Amino acid sequence: MSSHPTIAPTTFRGPSAIGDDLRRFWSLTYTLAKTDFKLRFFGSALGYLWSLMRPLLLFGVLYFVFTEIVRFGDGVKHYPVYLLSSIVLFTFFSETTSRGVTSLVDRENLLRKIRFPRMVIPLSVALHSLFNLTLNLIVVFVFIFASGIEPTLDWLQIPLLVGVMVVLSTGVTMLVAALFVRFRDMQPIWEVVLQLLFYGSPVIYVITEVPESFRELVAYNPIAVVLTQWRHAVIDQSAPTAGTAVGGIELLIVPLAIVAAVFALGLWVFTREAPRIAENL
Amino acid sequence: MAEGRAELLEQAPAAVSVERVSKAFRLPHQRYSTLKERALHPFASSTYDVLQALDDVSFDVRAGEFFGIVGRNGSGKSTMLKCLAGIYSVDEGEIAVNGRLSPFIELGVGFNPELTARDNVMINAIMLGLTRKQARERFDDIIAFAELEEFVDLKLKNYSSGMSIRLGFSTAIQVDADIVLVDEVLAVGDAAFQAKCFGEFERLRREGRTILFVTHDMGTVERFCDRVMLLERGEVVDIGQPRPIAQQYAELNFGRASAARAQVSADGPAAVRITAAWCEDETGERALAVDQGSSCRACFDVEFDRAVDQPLFAITFRNDVRHTIFVATSAQHGPQEPFAAGERATVCFEFPNWLAPTRYTLTPSVSEGVPPQELIRADDLTALIVESGMATGSVVDVPTALEVIRR
Repeated sequence: MSSHPTIAPTTFRGPSAIGDDLRRFWSLTYTLAKTDFKLRFFGSALGYLWSLMRPLLLFGVLYFVFTEIVRFGDGVKHYPVYLLSSIVLFTFFSETTSRGVTSLVDRENLLRKIRFPRMVIPLSVALHSLFNLTLNLIVVFVFIFASGIEPTLDWLQIPLLVGVMVVLSTGVTMLVAALFVRFRDMQPIWEVVLQLLFYGSPVIYVITEVPESFRELVAYNPIAVVLTQWRHAVIDQSAPTAGTAVGGIELLIVPLAIVAAVFALGLWVFTREAPRIAENL
Repeated sequence: MAEGRAELLEQAPAAVSVERVSKAFRLPHQRYSTLKERALHPFASSTYDVLQALDDVSFDVRAGEFFGIVGRNGSGKSTMLKCLAGIYSVDEGEIAVNGRLSPFIELGVGFNPELTARDNVMINAIMLGLTRKQARERFDDIIAFAELEEFVDLKLKNYSSGMSIRLGFSTAIQVDADIVLVDEVLAVGDAAFQAKCFGEFERLRREGRTILFVTHDMGTVERFCDRVMLLERGEVVDIGQPRPIAQQYAELNFGRASAARAQVSADGPAAVRITAAWCEDETGERALAVDQGSSCRACFDVEFDRAVDQPLFAITFRNDVRHTIFVATSAQHGPQEPFAAGERATVCFEFPNWLAPTRYTLTPSVSEGVPPQELIRADDLTALIVESGMATGSVVDVPTALEVIRR
């Protein structure tokens, strides 16, 4: 009994959002994300292919409709590649946030039985989606090369663009997950918002096709910025950059500020709710 | 040796110190948790009950101590453990912890039936605070302790519940915590594994780990705990040695049983009434608890509203699991005098108390005639706690004379 170290006692009043042990924080986040990833297709014969199936199927349908029926993509160079990229990137956002809404409630048994930093849960959801995005992007690049697009130095922007999507998705996930614990209406509300965002972002169209009067409105949407810049940097150098689309590179500050604000709001709300999540579930 | 341990513990520094902790839960009368409901009833959510789960609780646990927390259902003991574990935040007060505290209160949390035992152990170990490297290193020990070597790659859904609890326990004891929190887990698994768990607890105790232990089982409390805290309605009733606390706990339960007592009459509205029942120890004092081996009297008061010619008095002794242990009956003593309407009597049975040490409830009854027709029965009207330093696990401890002849 004398072997007990006489360190100063730590005083605490409840669970926190992030905690003080970053190593454990990361280890938990990674483990949960990996387990989810593994579980999702565990036991199904085609495994990961199913995860690819959804964006590919959506792509197939939209591609057929907009190139064969309404002749929508005629004026857009490499339209199929753009369509697939934008679907994959938007799927990352919608998958993260819609699974994020219920993530805390889904993990009820952990939250009520173990002390761990609460932020692990939304972050593991984002990380899981990032695994999926990585695999899906491999397919996207197969299409890109198949379409005869050559790599350029601009491709170095890809991690940055994905990074913006990750920050935005994580911010929204923290926000909606914390709110859902108190307001169960959050889930249907978020489904509607996602649908609006799908058509409000240049996923099936490109930003230059939007009438002038709406273009700025659409261009301030951070997802539109990412997709437009992706089109310029990865697919078609002659397409306008996000800066041009928004009406001047300095105006990019607006969508970037939106991303930062969403993230900060999510972080603030989640941190505030974290100590009482277990008892409000 | 026990004395030495108690002294050492008194000098040991505090491992956990809980200072005036209060915790309340709001229980809305009707839960308005959707926006529509909130919009329609903007003020409705302002009505709620406050459940004071913990009310001004203070205690210290010394380093190396085995500290029990007991109480009835809803007394706040699990809430206390969750506050200690850092799962719930406290409303008021402070909890100071000196050393690494185990972060879990239940075994096998987060086990996923679709994954193999191998995956589950790794995930659980990381959840409980091991690093990935530590989890890999200790994996073999965990599986060996659980005795599940052959089933490592079996999905957990194919495990029996006992097997997965073994896996959970084996993982949990690998966690490097100075202070371990345990919520009712000792009563798991088959007898052999249970013995192993108890052995593990003895080991933790010898190693000087601090253990906080929540349970209903007074046997385990008396066997392991150095000190025990009794909670009732979120307040500390008492903190002390296991024996007296176990007794107080029994009295707390008994108080409730007697309040809920019911008088059953076979003869319509009470022709005969039993008004009180109690036990007396060998000095003739009324007592709830008596020592094994002493003489004991069980008595009740009865009032006759009509004449009863051939009364028959009896008291049925039942133990906690509702087995009838014995019936004291006046039939053993031949026919009784008749009673006239309006008479009263006190009936006492005296017996040498060789009942096993536990809690009994007493059901006095009055019958009439041959064959006896029950007139009145007062279920569990009083209780008796038998105390003894030795528990043999039997129902009665019949005294014996010992003769060992060396040949």
